[in-house]
Amino acid sequence: MSHDTLTPAPPVAGRQSGRLAGFGTALGSWDAAIVAGLVAAVLVASAAVPNFATGRNAQFLLLDLVPLALLALPMTLIIVTGEIDLSVASMVGLCSSLMGQLWLSSGLSLELICVLVVLLGALLGAVNGVFVTGFGLPSLAVTIGTLALYRGLSFVVLGDQAVADFPADWTAAVVRPIPGTSIPVMVVPVLLLALVFGVVLHATPAGRALYAMGNNSEAATFAGVSVARTKFWLFVASGAVCGLAGLFWTLRYASARGDNATGLELTVVTAVLLGGVSIFGGRGRLLGVVAGVLLLGVVRNALQLADVDANALTIVTGTLLIASVVLPNAVRDIRARLHRRRQHTRVTAP
Amino acid sequence: MSPDAGTITSPPLLVLDDIAKSFGAVAALRGVHLELHPGEAHALVGENGAGKSTLVKILAGAHAPDSGRITLDGEPLLLRGPADARAAGIAVIYQEPTLFPDLTVAENIFMGRQPLRSLRRVDIREMNRAAEQLFARLGVRIDPARPARGLSIADQQLVEIAKAISFDARVLVMDEPTAALSGVEVERLFGVARSLCARGAAVLFISHRFDEVFDLCQRLTVLRDGAWVSSDPTADLTVGEVVRRMVGRDVDSLFPKQDTVRRDTLLEVRGLSRAGVFSDVSFHVRGGEIVALAGLVGAGRSEVARAIFGIDPYDTGEVRVAGRVLPAGSAAKAIGAGLALVPEDRRQQGLVMELSVERNATLVRRGALARLGLLFGGAERAEARQWTRRLRVKTSRLTAAVGTLSGGNQQKVVLAKWLATRPRVLIVDEPTRGIDVGTKSEVHRLLSELAGEGMGILMISSELPEVLGMADRVLVMHEGRLVRELSRDEADETSVMFAATGQGATA
Repeated sequence: MSHDTLTPAPPVAGRQSGRLAGFGTALGSWDAAIVAGLVAAVLVASAAVPNFATGRNAQFLLLDLVPLALLALPMTLIIVTGEIDLSVASMVGLCSSLMGQLWLSSGLSLELICVLVVLLGALLGAVNGVFVTGFGLPSLAVTIGTLALYRGLSFVVLGDQAVADFPADWTAAVVRPIPGTSIPVMVVPVLLLALVFGVVLHATPAGRALYAMGNNSEAATFAGVSVARTKFWLFVASGAVCGLAGLFWTLRYASARGDNATGLELTVVTAVLLGGVSIFGGRGRLLGVVAGVLLLGVVRNALQLADVDANALTIVTGTLLIASVVLPNAVRDIRARLHRRRQHTRVTAP
Repeated sequence: MSPDAGTITSPPLLVLDDIAKSFGAVAALRGVHLELHPGEAHALVGENGAGKSTLVKILAGAHAPDSGRITLDGEPLLLRGPADARAAGIAVIYQEPTLFPDLTVAENIFMGRQPLRSLRRVDIREMNRAAEQLFARLGVRIDPARPARGLSIADQQLVEIAKAISFDARVLVMDEPTAALSGVEVERLFGVARSLCARGAAVLFISHRFDEVFDLCQRLTVLRDGAWVSSDPTADLTVGEVVRRMVGRDVDSLFPKQDTVRRDTLLEVRGLSRAGVFSDVSFHVRGGEIVALAGLVGAGRSEVARAIFGIDPYDTGEVRVAGRVLPAGSAAKAIGAGLALVPEDRRQQGLVMELSVERNATLVRRGALARLGLLFGGAERAEARQWTRRLRVKTSRLTAAVGTLSGGNQQKVVLAKWLATRPRVLIVDEPTRGIDVGTKSEVHRLLSELAGEGMGILMISSELPEVLGMADRVLVMHEGRLVRELSRDEADETSVMFAATGQGATA
């Protein structure tokens, strides 16, 4: 009987779903395009930029990408729900300052300090979360506010001094490569965390809820999703990951400073959007974001090696950000138009 | 009514002749013919997908026909865009008005052509005066200086109509304007439409409600699958005949509820109040029964449903499901207790239009379908397939975005999504609004079956035939209070409408 009731779809539905399938592959092909872009960037840089294709550069490139990759993970989930967290770089800075101040004056063990810093990061994220979900304020405005606030606090905590006397075995550990390779050990925990965020987003009930609320939070509410609570915990997660990134940043450069990671939020948002996540929420995949992080890292690294100055790097990042917002929409429009034209000629041609 | 109301001999005002329009390979309209005479109210009926909306969009100038002619007063008319339609005196009122909520009523009416004083300043006083004149012509009272936000849908439509007549519209197209209106509001709208007709305008009225069609219109055109079927005076037609022509076969326009065994009380609401919205609402629903919540739009029915389901808070009172108190303010807890709510606004509340049929159908069940906290495609796919088949959702693929389905099929997906939770009590808010006759009777049959299986059903409906055909008991709300309870035998159009308009004894 199931075959009887599943009558062949009427031509209208078939035609529409055909168009929609095109839509789907357009989005799927964004991932493919980013991966292709990544491969192309690596090949071009290897051929054209001296010292790019060396083990030592690969190690530095990947180390540089660790904070960016970490911050991009919660950012992806937050943008999928239609919110944004622009305070991430400032939270990294404040966590770094606190780590320095605690090491300088508290006498606590470094292990305990690390735990405290991550908890502090979660607390900073919770403050964002309360303003966004408790008071119902737009996350864009709230996190621009805390971007300034947290950065200011990180100078209050540490002044303009730098704390550098961290134990050498700790600072060496975070930059050490996996024996026999030039891949830093730190890549492993980052990949594990990416796997966790990927599974949450793509294969859990919570992930389904994130896409639902990103597209239509009212319908999500009617389906029993606690929109505010979910978003609150995402901001907390973002803060905790900033704490982790703060630890890494401090130990890698053996320097706790108030201005650590300044401006990193721009790069993080760029990588996420470049990875195919829609700034309007409700769309995007974590795999694309990982590719986006790598692509951005390769491009920036290659330009740095080619002695392009820092201002030009910012210009490149900004351009990529705008391109990754504009291009997916443009591609979708062009595809839809071509599709219509093709159908039109098919109808009128004979 | 004059005896020759159906046989108009004046020359037609607007003629659509042999209109065809295709989207890709799909013919939305094929050789449609339509004549509108001055002073005439003309009904356009057909199932969803019959081509009514396409025809309206052609008249509005939003779509250009592939072939065919449009003539106005015998002159060929070329509509290249909405501005052309407006210039030709064709105005379209949609089911959901599109006003700017933060502008005043008068600003909405005169958007883009406000009367100006020196230095290009808007002459607000003159604008309000002109708006007031328009409302006086329509015989309605709306404050031109108030913001459009907060106006009822009925009032918003009247503002759109005022806008239309300010353009000297001679052809007024109303696309399901009454879908969200209550009886009194419909009467007022019809009064306005009749007075426009009396001034020589023509009204094209699109509706699924036959009582209104026969009440307002002198002639009626039926479309089926994009093709013209017939145009006749309404006086020569019966509802049964029209339905037969629409669907091309015989259909019970309403599927009356079967008698069922009453079981235990499943939903009990005691003294539920929310300041300024509803007060002291008490009732119960037993397994196997369909209880209708009737009343005018704005009487607070949907608000009560939302409060029961935990979407909105309430101040005092108590909700019990199967004897146990349900904590307020949590939809997740309400779902856990066995409640399901098919909301009023399918597009905004019922579905996530951008997501697939599969994701929508399993959204509420996402937790239950997970194994060890993880969801893999198979479980959701199987669940979605089972329920979309059971409800006969017409979709080519489960991965198609639900927004690409027709209204009736979208509503079936909403029902599938909630029935998959196997609820004890199903609350349906306007379950058949804006869906075609065939799907409507399917939904009615389904509700009847579910009650037969022991589910308790609370049905909010503004359509009296639906209330009277389906309900075992009818609760009537008026201005936030439950004013009357009628048994199936007591309930008829008069008793329900009396209570809904606040006349008669309080129960």
